[in-house]
Amino acid sequence: MSFLSLSHLEKTFGTNRVVKDFNLSVEKGEFISLLGPSGCGKTTVLRMVAGFETPTSGGIVIDGQEVTGLKPNQRNIGMMFQAYALFPNMTVAENVAFGLKVKGVAKDKRDARVEEMLRLIGLPEMGGRYPFQLSGGQQQRVALARALAPSPRVLLLDEPLSALDAKVRVSLRNEIREIQRELGITTIFVTHDQEEALSMSDRVVVMNGGIAEQVGAPFEVYNRPSTRFVATFVGTLNVFDGAVTGPQSVTLAGVPVTLAEPVEASKGATVALALRPEAVQLGRVEGADVVLPATIESVEFLGSIIRVRARAGGSVVALDTFNRMDAPPPAIGAETEVSLHARDLIVLAG
Amino acid sequence: MMRVVAWGVFLLGCLFFLLPLVGMTEFSLKMRRGVYSFDAYAAVFGDPAFWATFGYSLALAAATIVVGVVLVVPTAYWVRLRLPQARPFVEFITLLPLVIPAIVIVFGYIRMYNTSSFLPLTGSALGTDILLTMGYATLALPYMYRSVDTGLRTIDVGTLTEAAQSLGAGWVTILARIILPNVMVAVLSGAFLTLAIVLGEFTMAALLNRPAFGPYMQLLGANRAYEPPALAVIAFAITWGCMGLMQLATRFAKHERAKA
Amino acid sequence: MPTEPIRRAPRRFPLHWLGILPFAIFATLFLILPTMRIVLGAFQTPDGGFTLQNMLDLNTDSIRAAYWTSIKLSFYTAALGCAVGFAMAAAVVFGGLPKGVRSPLLTFSGVASNFAGVPLAFAFIATIGPVGLITVWLRTEFGINLRAYGFNLLSFWGLVITYLFFQIPLMILIITPALDGLKREWREAAAVLGATGVQYWRMVALPILFPSILGTFALLFANAFGAVATAFALTGPQLNIVPIKLFAQIRGDVLGNPNLGYALAFGMILITAGANLLYIWLRVRSERWLK
Ligand SMILES: Nc1ncnc2c1ncn2[C@@H]1O[C@H](COP(=O)(O)OP(=O)(O)OP(=O)(O)O)[C@@H](O)[C@H]1O
Ligand SMILES: [Mg+2]
Repeated sequence: MSFLSLSHLEKTFGTNRVVKDFNLSVEKGEFISLLGPSGCGKTTVLRMVAGFETPTSGGIVIDGQEVTGLKPNQRNIGMMFQAYALFPNMTVAENVAFGLKVKGVAKDKRDARVEEMLRLIGLPEMGGRYPFQLSGGQQQRVALARALAPSPRVLLLDEPLSALDAKVRVSLRNEIREIQRELGITTIFVTHDQEEALSMSDRVVVMNGGIAEQVGAPFEVYNRPSTRFVATFVGTLNVFDGAVTGPQSVTLAGVPVTLAEPVEASKGATVALALRPEAVQLGRVEGADVVLPATIESVEFLGSIIRVRARAGGSVVALDTFNRMDAPPPAIGAETEVSLHARDLIVLAG
Repeated sequence: MMRVVAWGVFLLGCLFFLLPLVGMTEFSLKMRRGVYSFDAYAAVFGDPAFWATFGYSLALAAATIVVGVVLVVPTAYWVRLRLPQARPFVEFITLLPLVIPAIVIVFGYIRMYNTSSFLPLTGSALGTDILLTMGYATLALPYMYRSVDTGLRTIDVGTLTEAAQSLGAGWVTILARIILPNVMVAVLSGAFLTLAIVLGEFTMAALLNRPAFGPYMQLLGANRAYEPPALAVIAFAITWGCMGLMQLATRFAKHERAKA
Repeated sequence: MPTEPIRRAPRRFPLHWLGILPFAIFATLFLILPTMRIVLGAFQTPDGGFTLQNMLDLNTDSIRAAYWTSIKLSFYTAALGCAVGFAMAAAVVFGGLPKGVRSPLLTFSGVASNFAGVPLAFAFIATIGPVGLITVWLRTEFGINLRAYGFNLLSFWGLVITYLFFQIPLMILIITPALDGLKREWREAAAVLGATGVQYWRMVALPILFPSILGTFALLFANAFGAVATAFALTGPQLNIVPIKLFAQIRGDVLGNPNLGYALAFGMILITAGANLLYIWLRVRSERWLK
């Protein structure tokens, strides 16, 4: 039995079906990300778990307890918001103590817990400050401490990093993940940043239009996307048209290719074949299944990685190569070749 | 549950506000025995003193608005542009009329500007009118200043000024041709509020013995039965009109800004 | 910033300040000096010598009663105005009322808060005066005689009810934006942390609103304390409140000592200024958390 389970959740605002038959089982201590474009219903799912929205139908069970009808303040859940959620009239310590105070925890126990929490988030000296005296990153850390202080059963985070600048975002996401591991708290994290989702999560739920399109480990979602949407939304993708020539074979730009998996399309049909940029290599590579002539269109130097766009096989192909000190990036307009392996091709359904 | 309480509070509040309005309207129509009529209104409008006092107050309101604008716009502009360090001082002054009762201020006027003083304003009718105008400008100062200052906040005073100066404009030109049109809405909304205040004002006019609308209403109230509620209806309509014009100005401005 | 050139070229300094000279002259002539005249007069004998006698003379039964009634009147109307205005604004902002009621309420509040003075008194006389609409209606329909129950419009409580007509809307006008400023995240954060609605209001919302409420209270207090016209039109010169007493004193020397009028007026300034200083002090204390 999973620790947190959402079954057949539906939410309709007026005539707008925002969440459709949403199912999810989360194990204790697991870190799950909800990833999807803006407006796809991530926040709505999270708010139903927190109790701010009542599901139109479906149920939510936490640790064996049916919570669907409970009010937010009866659920024992921790939540972190995008920004500005600290109570401005309270010091950092008072903010962190709030959940314990309303529960009636005695003052000395409260103080001890606050100290512990502030040490956990690395701000042990800041207890006496007011929120406006903190940086955005510090405020979000305090918000995390406040959410964790009453030892909630589940931690919900709704894009807690999106209001911060890039450097802070990366360091804070590592910190959140570390604290989450340390406490072993079951966590749902909402984001529309795929890098965040892939780097932090045990499993990722990719949502689109209120539907969970795929649930899986980051490696799986990235490498084996189950739908075209997942494939295009998570990471960059090169898509070729292939003509089906047999149960497991296609031609790609005239080159016959044998795929790793059978195609579910009849002979003569056209299928979309997708390829990650890192699976395409510049130049002729020994043992490559397909080698196509290519013209370099653009070169983006990103530091350790160089992203090249080349026209090949009737479409523009993005490919990543590692930076090497002895090999300068190719010139724009240069004629060259690109190589790829049949095993890296993903056949996109639908 | 919450919604029921909210509706209850709201409707009770509305009842409290509507009843006096209904009461005065109903009463004002009862002058003729047994039937509703507009006799009270006819009596009010037929009274030359009504028109005389109303006209007087209107003229004074116009003067007050001019004084207020000439005083407030350049000051607020200058404080924003060059004297931000004077802001606390100026704001404090503009808020004083909310703290010092009008009756105290006018008491001070009467004693300070009497016939034996350095500036014997109360000695002549014109002098008293000037004094009363200044008194009204003082009463309106908090509203006028805040309105204009808020208006100035939405435009970039510094850039506008520099642009105008680089084209050779002098201070008067800048204020009249650049700044004033840009804060026109704020000025108008302050002006309509001033109008509402001046038309209904009683204390200052009564104590300075000027034939204004407020003292006229009071006098009528002390001597008649049906005309006062009719006057109240008229006064309410005027207040509503002033506020309506104020909102209209604001809405018009938003519209203009949206177009730009 | 503008302070820079000032430091470098001190000779330009006075020119800058010339810009607010007209305003300073106006404020001095028509606000500061008249007020100072009152303050000085309160401590002067008729021929100009210093004295504390005027202030001491305030301590008569009649004047003490007038101050006490005025303070009570201002306090009650400010407190009730704040409470009712807050309740109505909260009902509109949080109570789930249709969005359409908000803008009319604010417009009406703008009108009603300016509908003070003489006509307001007429409206209430026509409604709950001796032959007012409601008075007559209660008497003929239900046989209830308000007068027999001790209600009289021309009394303290009659004045309180009348003043509320402009006090409540003023509160609504000021507090509605403040209520809008309460972030949804605060309420929700409090809720997930286990707080009840009451706990949220007591520990979060009210402390945050406290400065606004207090400021409005001080404003309403001064507003009622200095109001002359409504009370005068309602009751004439009889009602024993300070502004009416001062009004009568200015019109003709009813206190038997012209300089006692100064003292009376100075007392009014002391009280309204005191209310505002109290407000500022409380605000500073309660706003350590503000930028
Ligand atoms: N209270 C509401 N009433 C009506 N519609 C709503 C409400 N809340 C959300 N919606 C709609 O539901 C849809 C999903 O909203 P939701 O906030 O869950 O999206 P999201 O995935 O969190 O997007 P974002 O990344 O922009 O935060 C949107 O189309 C939104 O307009
Ligand atoms: Mg969202």
